[in-house]
Amino acid sequence: MSAQANAIPFTRDRNLLGVALFIGSESLFFLSVVIAFVVFREQGLATAKAQLDIGRTALFSVLLFASSGTMGLAAARRSRAWLGLTALLGAAFLAGQGLEYARLLGAGLRPGSEMFGTTFFTLTGLHAAHVLVGLVLLATVLVASLARPRRVGQTAWEGIAMYWHFVDAVWVVVFSVVYVGTVLG
Amino acid sequence: MTATALARRPGAFATAGVLRTVDHKDIGIMYVLLGIAFLAIGGLEALLLRVQLATPGEHVLDPSTYDQIFTMHGITMIFLVAIPMLVGFANYVVPLQIGAEDVAFPRLNALSFWLTLSGGVLLYLSFVAGGAPDAGWFAYAPLTEPAHAVGNGMDWYIFGLAVSGAGTIIGAINLAVTILLMRCPGMVMGRAPMFTWMVLITSVLIIAAYPILTSALVMLLVDRQLGGRFFDPAGGGNATLWQHLFWSFGHPEVYIVVLPAFGMISEIIPVFSGKPLFGYRFVAASGIAIGFLSFGVWAHHMFAVGLGDAENAFFSATSMLIAVPTGVKVFNWLATMWRGRIRLAMPMVFAIGFIATFVIGGLTGVSLAVVPIDLYTTDSYYVVGHLHYVLFGGTMMAVFAGLYYWFPKVTGRLLGHRLGLAHFWLTLVGLTLAFLPMHLLGIEGMPRRVWTYPPGMGWDWPNLVSTIGSFLIAAGAIALAANVWRSLRAGERAGDDPWDAFTLEWSTASPPPSYNFDAIPQVRGKRPLWDRKHPDRMDPL
Repeated sequence: MSAQANAIPFTRDRNLLGVALFIGSESLFFLSVVIAFVVFREQGLATAKAQLDIGRTALFSVLLFASSGTMGLAAARRSRAWLGLTALLGAAFLAGQGLEYARLLGAGLRPGSEMFGTTFFTLTGLHAAHVLVGLVLLATVLVASLARPRRVGQTAWEGIAMYWHFVDAVWVVVFSVVYVGTVLG
Repeated sequence: MTATALARRPGAFATAGVLRTVDHKDIGIMYVLLGIAFLAIGGLEALLLRVQLATPGEHVLDPSTYDQIFTMHGITMIFLVAIPMLVGFANYVVPLQIGAEDVAFPRLNALSFWLTLSGGVLLYLSFVAGGAPDAGWFAYAPLTEPAHAVGNGMDWYIFGLAVSGAGTIIGAINLAVTILLMRCPGMVMGRAPMFTWMVLITSVLIIAAYPILTSALVMLLVDRQLGGRFFDPAGGGNATLWQHLFWSFGHPEVYIVVLPAFGMISEIIPVFSGKPLFGYRFVAASGIAIGFLSFGVWAHHMFAVGLGDAENAFFSATSMLIAVPTGVKVFNWLATMWRGRIRLAMPMVFAIGFIATFVIGGLTGVSLAVVPIDLYTTDSYYVVGHLHYVLFGGTMMAVFAGLYYWFPKVTGRLLGHRLGLAHFWLTLVGLTLAFLPMHLLGIEGMPRRVWTYPPGMGWDWPNLVSTIGSFLIAAGAIALAANVWRSLRAGERAGDDPWDAFTLEWSTASPPPSYNFDAIPQVRGKRPLWDRKHPDRMDPL
């Protein structure tokens, strides 16, 4: 069965429409936090240039971006293997974030130490929390589809896929604003 | 057919069923009861404030308690009364109006209710755990920063609003999906009842506005608990950012609590005028216009900040613009009544009262959109008078109208007319005495949120009159309570359709069975029940 045949238009299915509206709400939540980051960007620019590890974060970002691809394949084929790989890539991204946090905390940066600490940890921390929730959702569908495959409907696969793509898209914005923005000055 | 459902319903409330229920009607009732409970609490807080302000130099409350009480009064009335009451009506009525058997996500619906209740409990726990929030309902920074907010009242504020807000967002998603996907055959959006329309627009506003509040609350939490600097000017932060974020939520919030009220009025006036709603498309479209514009007016709360002339001019213009679609609705209601056969039953009495008092609140709102007037009256009692005319004279009058209108559907019994009139006149005279003098006080220079004032300022008699008015409103509430009590015990039986109404909720039993309708309704026009009752005079398509 092709991906197209499986796809349900989200405007027709109550579960997917609910997820879409939730994502819309979440988008405005992140928009506000991104605006706050941008408002205070100048104040933190020197610290950001000195402290952020842009290369390594870019590498881990690629893993997260790739996980959107594997998620799409997982949902279209209802494939536990692709779903598992998606979760692995997501976990690897979080591990990368953990390394970055450990290094910055080791260098003395704290949410309260200076403005860049406040905005950086708030924005990236909220995103990481959303990735973590996504991993829990992926694991839930994975376990449920192992235990009772027929009880896990197509909308469950497509619903978590929408959420996962959203978390990924938020990182495109956050990475651009926080990391690429720092490189560009 | 409905005997089993009727037998089931009292049981659901008598037993643990109330904890487990996912029926939209049960949850709607629970929401309204929650709103009424907090209305009593927020009302008592208002009376305390008015007693403290009745005469100059009072010492009924100490200043710190006074700050906590006025803050909790505002938070309670907006987040724990207006929202639960309106969401409760929406929960009960919308699935019935659109011919559905329940909302799209019944279990999420229960979660929404319990989150809202939990948020209210968290807020009120503050009184026994370190003091209630005391920085006003909009909690301006840097008053809320650790250096200035003594105690942890602001942390309770953050958690209480975030938790109840989550419940409100989930509830709005639920209602939006219900309205968009679960209408019965034939009910295209262009035939949906106006209350359903307004609930849909409100739901979209909640979905878009509440996350902005949540993000501001998270940033405030970072400031307070992790030493962050977002809103602390001393640490390089920006106190005005809080105002921008808060009012980006806060002004849509005003329309969130008034659009469903518009919807209720748009249901009641046609039924009791014996005519279809005049200008259905305009009423719906003006609701959409209000929804869009409501996101572009927030800085009219911030004229005194000094954003600049261009910014002030822009927000002044948008704020005046939003009065246009609001005026469209008022004229549509009046045109609906024009040459109608008007029946002055209690829902209609309150609906007419609503138009009168809401228009006053709307006009003073336009006056506040004029920058020089706003600069003169900002943070004065003029603003307090204006907002109470909108929220009490608007939202609460409509909620009362809706209560008299749908009470027979929910309980199977009518509310009494004489006690209803006592409630109405006490409320109308009370709110006029309570809130009209506040405009004068503001123009005479009395700032809002002062604990007390000296004699000889010319503020004595308007304050005393306002206090007397607040007690009349309370007396009206007691008349309503007595009315509900008597009606539940021995009220006149309502039957399915006591008002000779137009919409589908009146085509099923009162109270409706758990599955709502015996057969899925088929709809061909805007007034499905009228069409069914008058096959010879059906609405033209």
